[in-house]
Amino acid sequence: MDRYDAIVIGGGHNGLVNGAYLAKGGLKTLILERRHLVGGAAITEELQPGFWFTTFSYALSLLRPQIIHELELPKHGFMPLLMSSKFAPTPGGEYLWFTQDHDENLREIARISPHDADAYEQYGHDMDRVCQALKPLLDMVPPDPFSDDPEELLALAGIGSRFRKLDKRTFHNAIRLLTGSTADFLDDYFESDLLKGWIASSGIIGSKVGPRSAGSGLVLLFHSLGEHDGSFGTWAFHKGGNGGFTQVLARAAEAFGAEIRLDAPVARVLTRDGQATGVALEDGTEIAADVVVSALDPRRTFLELVEPRELPDDLVTDIGRLKFQGTSSKVNFALSGLPVYPPLADRNGEMFRGFLNIGPSMDYLERAFDDAKYGWYSQEPYIDAAIQSTIDPDMAPPGKHVMSCFIQYTPYRLRESDWDAERERLGDTVQATLERYFPGFGDLVLHREVVTPLDIERTIGLSEGNIFAGELAAPQMFFLRPAPGWSQYRTPIAGYYQCGSGTHPGGCVMGAPGRNAAGQILRDRSR
Amino acid sequence: MILTTPFHERTSALNETGLWNHWAGHLSANRFQISDKFEYFAVRNAAGIFDTSPLFKYRISGADAERFLSGILARDVRACPPNAAQYTTWLDERGFVLEDGVIQRRGPDEYLLTSAEPNYSYLADRVGRLGVAIEDVSLGIGALAIQGPRSRDLLSRLVPSVEQLPFFGITTGSIGSRPVTVSRTGYTGDLGYEIWVDTPDAIAVWDALWDSVDGYGVLPYGLAALRMLRIEAGLLLLPVDFGNSRFAFNDAHRSTPIELGWSWMFKGLADDDGRPFIGRSALLKEMATKSSRWRMAGLVVDWEDYDRVYQEAGLIPPKEHTPIHEDWMVYDDDRQRVGYATSFMYSPILQRHVALARVRPELAKPGTRVFLEFTVDHRYQQVAAHVARLPLYNPERKMA
Repeated sequence: MDRYDAIVIGGGHNGLVNGAYLAKGGLKTLILERRHLVGGAAITEELQPGFWFTTFSYALSLLRPQIIHELELPKHGFMPLLMSSKFAPTPGGEYLWFTQDHDENLREIARISPHDADAYEQYGHDMDRVCQALKPLLDMVPPDPFSDDPEELLALAGIGSRFRKLDKRTFHNAIRLLTGSTADFLDDYFESDLLKGWIASSGIIGSKVGPRSAGSGLVLLFHSLGEHDGSFGTWAFHKGGNGGFTQVLARAAEAFGAEIRLDAPVARVLTRDGQATGVALEDGTEIAADVVVSALDPRRTFLELVEPRELPDDLVTDIGRLKFQGTSSKVNFALSGLPVYPPLADRNGEMFRGFLNIGPSMDYLERAFDDAKYGWYSQEPYIDAAIQSTIDPDMAPPGKHVMSCFIQYTPYRLRESDWDAERERLGDTVQATLERYFPGFGDLVLHREVVTPLDIERTIGLSEGNIFAGELAAPQMFFLRPAPGWSQYRTPIAGYYQCGSGTHPGGCVMGAPGRNAAGQILRDRSR
Repeated sequence: MILTTPFHERTSALNETGLWNHWAGHLSANRFQISDKFEYFAVRNAAGIFDTSPLFKYRISGADAERFLSGILARDVRACPPNAAQYTTWLDERGFVLEDGVIQRRGPDEYLLTSAEPNYSYLADRVGRLGVAIEDVSLGIGALAIQGPRSRDLLSRLVPSVEQLPFFGITTGSIGSRPVTVSRTGYTGDLGYEIWVDTPDAIAVWDALWDSVDGYGVLPYGLAALRMLRIEAGLLLLPVDFGNSRFAFNDAHRSTPIELGWSWMFKGLADDDGRPFIGRSALLKEMATKSSRWRMAGLVVDWEDYDRVYQEAGLIPPKEHTPIHEDWMVYDDDRQRVGYATSFMYSPILQRHVALARVRPELAKPGTRVFLEFTVDHRYQQVAAHVARLPLYNPERKMA
């Protein structure tokens, strides 16, 4: 039987990060990926000759900068390309177009609301301060509030004292974001509905909340915790998409000595006397290891890879209660040319060199959510689009383009229908929505790929298609993620660990779960 | 009066910023659109086009051209066959650098020398009785650099011989039915070419080139992106990283080629045939006695230490890609001053703050720890860095 020090189940970005750190830490490490390519939800596929689609995940921001340095990613081709524009059009011809010139952006805001220009400065500064205060939490193993261990108590006190050092405003803003709604928070700064709708979109991404729901503030804050080249809350597009990024991670992991095996689905984790001893593949092969790490979501980690009877009852109950309820889809297009936005028809498409936000008002977003509340998909969905070939021309043939559209809301469970029946109708709905902004859009479409929550679950195994491997909701964050008492990457089975986005701090292509878990594993082994 | 380049009619239509730099007496775009970083990535990820026409250019021809240049230029120009080019330098008799430039050997007896500053009298006054003609063709020739991973494929569609052109090779062809010379040279440290065209043909060549790259992600780039690219490439800039000895008031503002990291130009010099050139004996003496004061090297700032000093001050660590061309002090472990950096930036592709710096020769070994001095909260702070080999970014494709 093959024998390794550590086996990582799942070659998504967290599995790769985890495996790379374990290998760097001296462990003979094997990463097992069920599919024919690594990356999990962060993959890029050539679905049409010359057109490269970011099937699922499509941009980078939350990635912890330490990982870039510690895993020496630039050596392996790490290349976060600048998205130089942001564009939020309305069907009526009004729009906001941000460039890399901050002052120009303030003028752009002033054009639609003189009040909101310096309010935007204030908002940005206030968010930076909250993010500055909270970012260190991303890189720590959450302390266990249920433990009497002095080390844990000390760590808890450390967090308390960090908050005590904050000024009142930052402290209050943090609490308002962690507990409240995006709408309430933004109403305190802005009057422009277009601007509010634009910012509020970051408060709904991937989550079954509307901008007026409590809990959307947390999602907004979470998405603001990213950074790109030192600028908080900004995003980059990796060369070759997020699949290009996970290929870089794979090369780095291999350079540190990790072995990656593709087409190697794991059936179960082998245990003896409460101790993990290895894994069994679906083809029956058994591979031994002292450490087994699951990069899959908590449902699979606890209820499928091991048998519930091996676990404490309250953990099984808590994992059963964990909310997934994916509400996001992707519709990806191959286009014969750039869409035309009539008021800017004379421009050369520069406004498409970054995110394109279809969510022109708070009401629009809230109405889109209304459909989901009652079990249907948005008839006018929120769309976070990016024509990535304007940033990386290698994504499409010359003069042609790929367009990634993140769609919300599309609840995993539909009332009186299912996604196999609704898939193409969702594609039509999205296309019809884009047609209202870009007349003639449909004529540009060479190919369309619709990826529903069901497809996400089927293809890459994320339960209920939740892109964060468990919702980003306060009851399942920090020392409660994925379950009370089990937030420190360990499991009740000795030698069996978890490192996926279902652990602290959560989803997005952040890598923090993989890195934090590796730190915990290496510390445990040196004890 | 400020001049415009032969391509100005086209570049001015593309420059959306309304801003121009003055470079060598010409209008030169700092950037064409709002983001210089976007232009930078076009070069590193696709291709960019840069109007490098403001360079000074001298045609040096005649039966004695090689003999003349081998006495003026410190690097042995005799080793440069026709249809090749050399990066070179010329020195004063004390072995200090006057300038650097690229010499193209366009035929057995014909050369084109490019330089950042005027050199006509310096060259002409040293011809003596040799059969050499020197002509200032600066305004007669327009030059476009096309640089980046896509440059070879794009340019070889117009000039097929580009496909096989070696690093620092020269070829000819036509673009838009106008004759051009193409050299595989540039100032970006990437795969790239420069196109040399007679001024009257410039617009026709631009149009044909520009049309041919439509849809391929090619952007015009300006001086701001160029300055980023050249730091990563470890290519020095006059008068930022060194000064011309001719116009220096003291030796602190002079550099030898060894100090600038160009000793590779002089491998085997001590055992050659005694080729006389200006600065030879001083250079040999410096090499023999190891009397160099400095060695040019890259510095890579320690990211943890950098973040720490800013975070301790309650600040967000800045990562500014726009190069700063100032003196930055360099210290050793004992906090003794051991050098100075002259160009500093955050490199988006290396994801680190980097600098071009002089350090004491004994500290030039890659990996040596030094400290670079920053101002944080209006106070000096020394941040750990390590010495790195130049170029800092050196993709395989550059020479492949």
